[in-house]
Amino acid sequence: MSYTSAALLAVALTVVLDLFVLRTRLLTRKVFWTAYGIIVFFQLITNGVLTGRGIVFYDGDAIIGSSSTAGQAPQLLGDGRIVFAPFEDLLFGFALVVQTLAWWVWWGRRVDR
Amino acid sequence: MTSLAYLLVLVACLVGTAPLELVLGTRVYARWRRLLLTLAPVVAVFVVWDLLAIRAGHWDFDPTQVTGLALGGLPVEELLFFVAIPICAILTLEAVRAVKGWTVGDER
Repeated sequence: MSYTSAALLAVALTVVLDLFVLRTRLLTRKVFWTAYGIIVFFQLITNGVLTGRGIVFYDGDAIIGSSSTAGQAPQLLGDGRIVFAPFEDLLFGFALVVQTLAWWVWWGRRVDR
Repeated sequence: MTSLAYLLVLVACLVGTAPLELVLGTRVYARWRRLLLTLAPVVAVFVVWDLLAIRAGHWDFDPTQVTGLALGGLPVEELLFFVAIPICAILTLEAVRAVKGWTVGDER
């Protein structure tokens, strides 16, 4: 499985987790989308540093774009990349953030300390 | 110093979001039990994905920009990423709630 298909699958499973498994329904809330807008902005900066410095680099066979190399900046925009990072990272980040916030709300209904 | 590059990015994220806890009173770190319970499933799921992706060759890390400390083939920075970024995300959600007063779904 490529990173592209793994990331798409993760997004689908994450939506199911929020709406139907934990029933936290964050994806239906204004508070989530406002917070997520802020988070994506800072994700682009942070991930831009990680990928633009080549701290993390990717195999072109696993992503829409081409391979990158350790310690070297890939294309800033285009070739499947957004601020140096493969666009797949936005899907990965969405899954990470939504799963985190869904569990946070789920646990908040049970413990508040 | 270069070997601290990845680690410093994570430190910057935590330092940059710390004022939300201190100024807006988000009470994310203060509710550390709830935070740990939240992190447990997230860290588990994403560490597994990360290990599979590294094994499949989807991505890798510049050995000159990480400390070299690793746990089971995973650079310690990657493990800390799945702690630091979720904390930043929760702080952001709680900050928006603090400012706007919108419903999050855990109200009792």
